[in-house]
Amino acid sequence: MNAPWTTVRFNLNGEACAVNAPPIKRLLDVLREDLRLTGTKEGCGEGECGSCSVRMNGELVNSCLVPVIQAEGATLQTVEGLATNGELHPLQKAFLACGGAQCGICTPGMLMAAAQLLAVNPHPNIAEIREGLAGNLCRCTGFMRIFESVVQTAANEGASIEERPAHAR
Amino acid sequence: MTAHAKTRIVGTSVPRKEGVDKVMGRSRYVDDIEREGMWHGATVRSSIPRGLIRSIRYDRRIDWTEFTVVTADDIPGQNVIQLIVSDQPCLADGEVNHCDEAILLLAHPDKHRLREAVESVRIEYDPLPPVFTIEESERRDPIVWGADNLFKSFLLEKGNVDSVWDTAAHIVEGEYRTGAQEHLYIENNGVIAEWEHETGVTVWGSLQCPFYVHKSLLAVLDLPEDKVRVIQTETGGAFGGKEDYPSTLAAHAALLALKSGHAVKMVYDRMEDLAATTKRHPSRIRHRTALDKDGKLLAMDIDLATDGGAYSTLSSTVLSRATLHSPGPYVCPNVRVRSRSWATNTVPYGAFRGFGAPQAIFAVERHMDEVAAAIGIDPVELRRKNFLHDGDTTATEQLMRDPVILDQLLDRALTESDYYAKRARFALENPTSPVKRGMGISAFYHGSGFTGSGERYLNSLAGLDVTSEDKVRVLVSSTEFGQGTNTILTQIAAESIGIGYGDVVMAPSDTGIVPNSGPTVASRTSMVVGRLIERAGSQLVNMLREQAALGQRFTRDEFFAACERYRVANGKVESLCRYEAPPDIFWDDQKYRGEAYPAFGWSIQVAQVAVATLTYSAEVEEFWAVQEVGRVLNPVLAGGQIEGGVAQGIGYALYEKVLLQKGHMVNNQMTNYIMPTAEDVPPIHVFFEQIPFQHGAYGAKGIGELPHDGPAPAILNAIRDATGIGFRAIPLLPEDLFTELAARLPVEEPFAV
Repeated sequence: MNAPWTTVRFNLNGEACAVNAPPIKRLLDVLREDLRLTGTKEGCGEGECGSCSVRMNGELVNSCLVPVIQAEGATLQTVEGLATNGELHPLQKAFLACGGAQCGICTPGMLMAAAQLLAVNPHPNIAEIREGLAGNLCRCTGFMRIFESVVQTAANEGASIEERPAHAR
Repeated sequence: MTAHAKTRIVGTSVPRKEGVDKVMGRSRYVDDIEREGMWHGATVRSSIPRGLIRSIRYDRRIDWTEFTVVTADDIPGQNVIQLIVSDQPCLADGEVNHCDEAILLLAHPDKHRLREAVESVRIEYDPLPPVFTIEESERRDPIVWGADNLFKSFLLEKGNVDSVWDTAAHIVEGEYRTGAQEHLYIENNGVIAEWEHETGVTVWGSLQCPFYVHKSLLAVLDLPEDKVRVIQTETGGAFGGKEDYPSTLAAHAALLALKSGHAVKMVYDRMEDLAATTKRHPSRIRHRTALDKDGKLLAMDIDLATDGGAYSTLSSTVLSRATLHSPGPYVCPNVRVRSRSWATNTVPYGAFRGFGAPQAIFAVERHMDEVAAAIGIDPVELRRKNFLHDGDTTATEQLMRDPVILDQLLDRALTESDYYAKRARFALENPTSPVKRGMGISAFYHGSGFTGSGERYLNSLAGLDVTSEDKVRVLVSSTEFGQGTNTILTQIAAESIGIGYGDVVMAPSDTGIVPNSGPTVASRTSMVVGRLIERAGSQLVNMLREQAALGQRFTRDEFFAACERYRVANGKVESLCRYEAPPDIFWDDQKYRGEAYPAFGWSIQVAQVAVATLTYSAEVEEFWAVQEVGRVLNPVLAGGQIEGGVAQGIGYALYEKVLLQKGHMVNNQMTNYIMPTAEDVPPIHVFFEQIPFQHGAYGAKGIGELPHDGPAPAILNAIRDATGIGFRAIPLLPEDLFTELAARLPVEEPFAV
């Protein structure tokens, strides 16, 4: 952390953003400490649990493994960017209705993984859902209701999720 | 009350009370909270399992004046964590009894400076010989705890087992072992403590039992009750892992806050949480069982031992529940259970969903399949022949007064899983297939609420008040950590009063605000605390009718208008109820006899497992859980409890191994401690039969722990069905399968033409 600090610019949840931080500071810590977006959680600090999952340039990343310098110029989405003007994202609604969230600590990361999955595959089968969420650990639900939440969202929304422009999320 | 009693809100799947905050990422877990001028705390821990502390030295390359350092000498009150027996120090003083025992605490404004500082404290020891296993502890050489290494023992006796052995048609013996299991809540343990001269100490934390923490802080800090306040923050999973440990962590943070004059946050990282906090007790359980020629049980002689770790913590009560669940859901005229919990030099084992029952049920339900094989009877039929029914008595002579519908649950489980047809098909396919499939079942009960007289001692108080903003608040110290406390209790309150779900909220889980409704453990919240809330609701309505002119029928607005009239006249609107034990429930602690639990949840589980003989992996392909837990208050939440418990039970059976080397957990990372992922958990089919329990809230019994009790024996029974090999220990990992399968099964030649 003794390296010279640098200014990193990225688009976060549809808004331009600049932070001054050590270049190797974890993106997770930048989000939580510098930007006070605490929806993104730390569960293991080594990329195993997926609680810190965010979407970066159309991919799902573990923000605990990303030095902030790698986010230079990136488009980022965190759980705080899912709802639009207070209107819950269809996945958030489905997690609520189906019981996809229990203790809630894995939920932000799980939602980002599910959003990523549906963005690249609007109608996943169950095997694809399992694979898409395999990097996100949930200790409460046994995953069944999370799968159901994704299935329900896909059935209701399908391709329309990704058709909305990024800044509208 | 019948299952079909008309309710508007109870029995429906209203959305989780705090659900919107959770899906929006707005919920505030402890690590999301900052306090003005807050510092961070860290812990210097023992690197050896047992020894005397010879010296503590501080590396001069660190400027220690920047840090606050706390040792046992800084403790103003008693250096002890208050639980059942006061043997566990808050900070080691002169000696250590397990690896990763807390010795010294550090605080600094910059959390990134703490790691180097922790590593710059050098502790020298005079090592003493440790014990690591039940067998080593049983030898009592060395003695590492008390006079004999024994935390607790029980003797449960019914009839006379020794009168049976000579005449029994069959006697079957077996020894079964279970390993430690880590809770692996995704949010690690964490607290923030703050000290102010006027108000005393306030602790915010991820925890299950605010009043446990409160009690411990009083003793450590030597403060009066009104100078300690404990507030639960949103809690990211617990499973028992935040039942007793937060008492220690809160004391640590409070000591640092007291000495530094700053708020201090202590949030463990995963490695520290895994290495230093409690886990499920390992066990060794021996069964000796006598049966008559028809397969009816004559005697069950059970020797049960658990590894309790270095301090007694909750080992005695875990042992008690293990003892009471060890004979399984069967009628047997002669039962003897000798149980003992032993001290070892490992991190103390503690509460974990099931609380001794998963160990006991693994043993008895694995043993039932071995008995069936030994006497040549179908394992399902052996169980059916011996099931408890209403009118029977358990091993503690508890008369089953309420309906026991194990036969019905079993029939449903067999039908839903297509058990017999699948077994037959697998038996045909297995000989020529490299993948051997099998079906296994487990049958079990789980006692709801505290064991024996526990609920009488707890004497819980809970209730409701009404705010001037027209909200009814639920006043409980029962906490939400994913299992649904907030939702269930507000449903019950709304139902009982006759207002909407949205009109009821939870009061903050803050010891300065809520009464002590007891700890959030033992599957007691819906049944026991829920019942208090149900009573408080009708008491509130009656009070308003009598004193504030509320009509017999009323609208929401009329209800809150009456509350306002009552408030004007009396200052506040509050309705509290204290626990009343159901009549005809009596437990004799001395004789260990009587009504062990006010109610039982009952379950049959079926596992379909595939064993790959090329990779030596066992995969659960499908799982069925059929249960009777009284009235289901919220079907979505109840289903989620069962599925989550089953998944955790699958982990217990096939994935999760706590690897200790010289008493230190060496796989203390999620990379190496493996839990089932989205790709591992099979489809889980959940079915409820509902028989309302008259003393539970709207007929509810306990649900949370039950589902974790059965998967491990069902899965290993399925592996026995698939391979013919009865494995007797969990976790059962591929290397364990390899050892047996390679020796016993014919060698496959995958490349042979």
